[in-house]
Amino acid sequence: MKKTFLIGFKDLKLIFRDRAALTFMLLAPFLLTLGMGFVTGALSGGSTNGIEQIPLLIVNQDDGQLGLALVELFESEELADLALPTTVADPEAARLAVDADEAAAAIIIPAGFSNSIIPQAGQDSTGAVVQLEIYKNPTRPVSAGVLQSILEEFISRVETGRIGGEVVLTHLLTSGLITPDQIPELAAEMGQEQASAAWEQPAISLNAGESGETSQAFNIMAYMAPGMALLFLMFTVSNGGRSILAEQARGTLPRLLISPTGSAQILIGKIFGVYLTGVAQMLILIVTGSLLFDIQWGDPLGVLALILAAVFGATGWGLLITALARTPGQVSNVGTAIMLTFGILGGTFVNMTMLPPYFLWLSKITPNAWGLDGFTILARGGSLLELGAPMLGLFVMGTVLFLVALVFFNRRSMAQK
Amino acid sequence: MPPILEVKELVKKYGDFTAVNRVSFDIQEGEIFSLLGPNGAGKTTTISILSTLYSPNGGEAYIAGHSVTKEPMAVRNIIGVVPQDLALYEDLTARENLAFWGRMYGLAGRTLETRINEVLEQIGLSDKARQRVKTYSGGMKRRVNIGVGLLHKPKVLFMDEPTVGIDPQSRRAILDSVKDLNKTGMTVLYTTHYMEEAAELSDRVGIIDHGELIALGTQAELTQQVGKDETLILHIGADEDAEALAKSLKDIPGVLQANATDHEVTVIAHQAEEILAPVVGRANERGIKIHSLDIREPNLEAVFLHLTGRALRD
Repeated sequence: MKKTFLIGFKDLKLIFRDRAALTFMLLAPFLLTLGMGFVTGALSGGSTNGIEQIPLLIVNQDDGQLGLALVELFESEELADLALPTTVADPEAARLAVDADEAAAAIIIPAGFSNSIIPQAGQDSTGAVVQLEIYKNPTRPVSAGVLQSILEEFISRVETGRIGGEVVLTHLLTSGLITPDQIPELAAEMGQEQASAAWEQPAISLNAGESGETSQAFNIMAYMAPGMALLFLMFTVSNGGRSILAEQARGTLPRLLISPTGSAQILIGKIFGVYLTGVAQMLILIVTGSLLFDIQWGDPLGVLALILAAVFGATGWGLLITALARTPGQVSNVGTAIMLTFGILGGTFVNMTMLPPYFLWLSKITPNAWGLDGFTILARGGSLLELGAPMLGLFVMGTVLFLVALVFFNRRSMAQK
Repeated sequence: MPPILEVKELVKKYGDFTAVNRVSFDIQEGEIFSLLGPNGAGKTTTISILSTLYSPNGGEAYIAGHSVTKEPMAVRNIIGVVPQDLALYEDLTARENLAFWGRMYGLAGRTLETRINEVLEQIGLSDKARQRVKTYSGGMKRRVNIGVGLLHKPKVLFMDEPTVGIDPQSRRAILDSVKDLNKTGMTVLYTTHYMEEAAELSDRVGIIDHGELIALGTQAELTQQVGKDETLILHIGADEDAEALAKSLKDIPGVLQANATDHEVTVIAHQAEEILAPVVGRANERGIKIHSLDIREPNLEAVFLHLTGRALRD
């Protein structure tokens, strides 16, 4: 056991003396996060939300309470740092302005939107709901995505209120507490209350904990930074796996095998070294992210547990690549390809919700997707207890990959040069 | 007294290729034994089997009574290995390398520290011990490579061509250190394709070629096989046809063998001086200019030539 640790710590020491590896492990993810921070505006001001003052055009053709409530939501003090809304009258003019990159998106509230949800007295309540439109600027995907999220949150609350109202009114009617002719008036009153309630609470805040006393704003950097860290974690584990074959090529592995050290001890020591390096990399990136980008990663215990699990899953992949490859060069090539593929599949470069559903399913083979899920839960105020699914996913992934990789490793293949 | 190392009918095959073919020899405690043979003769494979890295396809070997196939851990504890290729972590210092490898051999604490200092002194790198190995010259790296094999004071030391590719000064230092180690009672199995090294160091020599041990004995015993025959070596130009010259010399009375290598023709004769004139005459007839020539007393090179018809460097 002691020799296993010695081999692992020796590998950790070696990797921290390798400037090229350090550049990829630590500097590259840091610089990419920094770059994306600037691109998204996260680092352009003092806001801890990362993105701020997103230019937005609102076209309100609705004359009801909900349209007004939506406009007031974007103009509210709570969103003053995040959004910079301008009201315009012509939807086509708004779309052209977005096309000209003058705004991140245009939200168009069509006429009759409120009435389609809250029928007025004497109005038929069975008509189709008028759809809101968001016209997004493809060159500002993150900013447009943030605006869309706020809009979806607003719609979700209105919808919840509408259904709740219907249930209440039906219950009152069946109980004989109201008469059918009172329904339109009551519905209008409830709709008004719902409309004001929809913007009284900040739409982008989520309650942290059961009491709802504390809330944590979601920081876009808290999504990007772990995405980058997980992307480059894949580099680290494949590079670590590469070191097993590199030791074979430079003769130190055969030398280890003729020392009084078991081959299992050596292999586990090498894997431990890869794991240790991955954990060290993630810890450094996370601490650096906290200090430089003011990222609130969430529950420290949860973050630590998630790091250990994510590195475990990623190390499984690194080991499998190594077990199947014949030369260090093959590990590098395959490792880089997998790193980028997993980056795309796992949501580092694109928002997974924008991709077809089968991508979401496919993303589950990547430690990136599980890890990002976990970091998002934590960044939104979740605790270790809420990390069950990502932790289990990563643990199962790591275990299965380790077992498959071990089948391919045997003493003969380790000894041969 | 039983030998400290016994090799019995050792066989190692890679597919259809037989790398080691029924090799048998033994080494007495405190002896320096050399395996002499050209590249690809099976020296490294033999050492790899004896050091438990590879399993043989047949035969058995015992070191201090322990079977290399059945008791590999016991064997590993009593042997030290200096591999042909450098096997070091170049981003670690010499001291860090020695500390790591020492721990792999179970050394720790004060014992380890003492041994590291002793070995650094022994290999002459005490003052540069805190420099990373990658900053060392080839000779210095070779010395660290040897130092690692000595840390745990092995009973038997395997040295696989430890002087390949280094400068004459470092080679001299390594040969001297082998002699010094042997004086402390260490048994050494030394492989080389340099006849001079085997001749200088060894109590006994095994000559190996194409995986087979073709001769075994002391230097005197081996050279007796070629009698008192002398070797005449003709050094000719790179663009000359050495092969044709060698063929043309074979019918000169007194010439026993004539073989061509790169820029040389090696001739074995009862009396080199007697054939000198006709040999030079044949070269002149063919328009081949002889740059220089050597006459050598019977030696291991001649033995190898005598047994295989080839020079050691072929």
